[in-house]
Amino acid sequence: MHTLPDPTASGDSRSDGPRSDGPGSDGLRSDGLRSDAPETVSNPAPGNAPLVAMAPGTQMGSRSRLTAKESVFADGVFRSAVTFCAIALVASVGLIVYELIIQSHLSMSKFGFGFLTKQIWDPVGEDFGALPFIFGTLVSALVALILAVPLSIGTALFLTEICPRVIRPILSMLVELLAAIPSVIYGLWGYFVLVPVLRLHVEPFLAKYMGWTGLFSGRMYGFGMLAAGTILAIMILPIIASITREVIMAVPRQQREAALALGATKWEMLRIAVLRNARPGILGAIILGMGRAFGETMAVTMLIGNRAEISKSLFAPGNTLASVIANEFTEAVGNTYLSALVEMALILFVLTLIVNGLAGLLVWSITRGTPRALA
Amino acid sequence: MDAGIHVKDLNAWFGSTQALHGINIDMPDKQSTAIIGPSGCGKSTFVRCLNRMHETLPDTRVDGKVTVGDMEIYGKGVSAVSVRRRIGMVFQKPNPFPTMSIYDNVASGLKLNGYPNRSELDGIVESSLKKAALWEEVKDDLKKKSGASLSGGQQQRLCIARALAVEPDVLLMDEPASALDPISTSKIEDLIFELKKQYTVVIVTHNMQQAARVAEFTAFFLMGNMVEFDKTEKMFTKPSDKRTEDYITGRFG
Amino acid sequence: MTTQNIQWHRRLTNALALGVITFFALIVTVPLFLILGTVVKRGLPALNLAFLTQIPVPIGETGGGMANAIVGSLMLLAVASLIGIPLGIGSGVFLAEYGRNKYGNIVRFTADVLNGVPSIVIGMTAWALVVVTQGHFSMMAGSVALGIMMIPVIARTTEEVLLLVPQAIREAAFGLGIPKWRTTLSVVVPTAKAGIITSIMLAFARIAGETAPLMFTTLGNEFWSVNPNQPIAAMPLQIFKYATMPYDQAHAQAWTGALVLITIIMTIVIVFRLIASRGTLKGAS
Repeated sequence: MHTLPDPTASGDSRSDGPRSDGPGSDGLRSDGLRSDAPETVSNPAPGNAPLVAMAPGTQMGSRSRLTAKESVFADGVFRSAVTFCAIALVASVGLIVYELIIQSHLSMSKFGFGFLTKQIWDPVGEDFGALPFIFGTLVSALVALILAVPLSIGTALFLTEICPRVIRPILSMLVELLAAIPSVIYGLWGYFVLVPVLRLHVEPFLAKYMGWTGLFSGRMYGFGMLAAGTILAIMILPIIASITREVIMAVPRQQREAALALGATKWEMLRIAVLRNARPGILGAIILGMGRAFGETMAVTMLIGNRAEISKSLFAPGNTLASVIANEFTEAVGNTYLSALVEMALILFVLTLIVNGLAGLLVWSITRGTPRALA
Repeated sequence: MDAGIHVKDLNAWFGSTQALHGINIDMPDKQSTAIIGPSGCGKSTFVRCLNRMHETLPDTRVDGKVTVGDMEIYGKGVSAVSVRRRIGMVFQKPNPFPTMSIYDNVASGLKLNGYPNRSELDGIVESSLKKAALWEEVKDDLKKKSGASLSGGQQQRLCIARALAVEPDVLLMDEPASALDPISTSKIEDLIFELKKQYTVVIVTHNMQQAARVAEFTAFFLMGNMVEFDKTEKMFTKPSDKRTEDYITGRFG
Repeated sequence: MTTQNIQWHRRLTNALALGVITFFALIVTVPLFLILGTVVKRGLPALNLAFLTQIPVPIGETGGGMANAIVGSLMLLAVASLIGIPLGIGSGVFLAEYGRNKYGNIVRFTADVLNGVPSIVIGMTAWALVVVTQGHFSMMAGSVALGIMMIPVIARTTEEVLLLVPQAIREAAFGLGIPKWRTTLSVVVPTAKAGIITSIMLAFARIAGETAPLMFTTLGNEFWSVNPNQPIAAMPLQIFKYATMPYDQAHAQAWTGALVLITIIMTIVIVFRLIASRGTLKGAS
């Protein structure tokens, strides 16, 4: 047949003739030890006689310029290099914790744990408490979740279960684009579009019909907790939707088929087979969204009204940990003032750490074993 | 030079599960040896121990002595990399490098090991592809087509050419035809028949007819033990062990 | 009769629920179009050559633009990339190739923690590290903050795409006696190239619009400055500043800045989404 091996390269050329830098244990073991062996990969080995093309069999051990010993060394260098990168990653988190603690030391030693429960914010008298800011952070995130959760779960269900194949990539790209809009542009839009709409239309409506709850009363500025929560809701929608989607896709198909086989309608199937199984993961997605809301800075700073007060009404201006730092840090004078602001950042860091850790565990409990969808 | 494979008291583990129990075997130079046995008997693990591929999997361990020619595979100071350059391997599923052209696939073992003479690569690629009986089919688009664009059987021959280009002494083949159609399989078998004239070939197969067609010697593995090793002909006609007979006659496995 | 009622009831519930789900999904796209629409409508009128080529003028004078902020943002992005891309890809390679153990789990967990740290907290760290040490604000400080933010995004995505490369490809290379470092750099990474590029673009998209970590590091600048050791202008900072000024002229500039910024980011996201959807492992067997 035409595909027989080329006779010139066949076994006889392998077996005859001395091998100048032969293979076998002497060649392989001494490669790195030979005094004339190349030390770097850029020098060709002098021992490597040029090969005659088509008769390659005679030079077996010499067909690579890198000796085995050099390969082992290079492997070590490579491994060290990527390990260094990983250590740098871990170190940067360590550095964040370290710097926050060092820089907030003054405030911590002066106010102690009372810092967390005091309502005072007096830069002139150098007396500070974080309670209104913690309150603002939690409440704005809560408002955001109430608005965003049903919408994002709906979107995730629609994308995975209902959406026609043609529309799916378009809709999921639109949701992704929502996540790509910078915080400051959300802020800009909120400042000039959302706030007037809230002040002129939404807030009067809420005050009229739901004012009795106490949540929607008082002066209607537009700026305030409601505005901040609304913009946060839009900002955390994509993350909750995309993680919920991942979690839903991780529910085994057999579960759905089992429900359908029992005669369930589509909605019953979703409720019984999908949502029930995905519940911990969806909870994780929600908590992750909450973590994102805690840390959002620019849009909130521009819309929340920036007043360090605790108020029951969502119409009232407030402040969050992130927004007070953004507003006051560059203008803060005095070491205690600066240190108190750094301590706010530390509180924010700890809050997001707890929340993200919890969420990570929940999401992992559902999606483990299935590859994570590409970000 | 002699490139026979001598295995003495070879044990291998996955975690705490022992996959091979004290294997002793001497496979002669420039002959082909088939390793047969039911799935899970350790035959793949065995060949992967011969070129130290076993240790690339997490949580694995090997002890014992393997000698190829005069190189001690697990000897002190012998690196896995140098072992694998002398002992080529062809895998169950064809695995050409998807980002490389046909030419680069064949040359990869040399290029990526820093082979100095680029000018000779052309000749080496050509002769390797000829040995792998693929040259005529691909010579016109060596650098145009990706290795992954070939058919399954062609891909497997490309992988054989790739292994041959680094001029190994030994060629290990782990069920090289199991993922292929009958026509490709027969091409691969013809090829093995030619290759064993130049290389010591060890071929894992679950197909006894295949073993009979291509191998002078056959080893029968069962549950991590080597039950019997003999001339293929004798093995399939007069096995000395009852278990071998049961397997060959289809009573289990 | 009874069963028919139940069926009717169930069918209605089904239709209602599916309708609500669909409605919710549609509502979600509304803010996107509202925001993009407003940015285009209000940003376009002031978009001209001067905006892209001139530096800001004092309020009351005509003309002026954000040229210094555009250049500043590009410089911030470039220097942040010098920090974030090598460390991110390196960490990703570590996680995928050497990190299938408890050390890897520690790095993986830390990367996820870092990914969740609010940007303003990272900005404050860069302030403490660079600004406090040097005694003045500088572009470098902002780049450090943005660079740190890039690392976990790139690391985790790189890990994922490297793990998608079939083990068989690595085995093929090992079987040829190619050492692990070569296998990783010349075989595995090229196979996953599209995915790694996508991860870099995701990181770009994430940091390009960041404002909070720049506020007390890079600070912003009304004038031309390309000195990495000095405060520098950046688009998000400039937009924020103009937005919160009480002048219509400043507001117009803010909207135009937003239009330019959003165009840059959306282009990055869409282009690389398309690349990614063409398949990371096209042709892999």
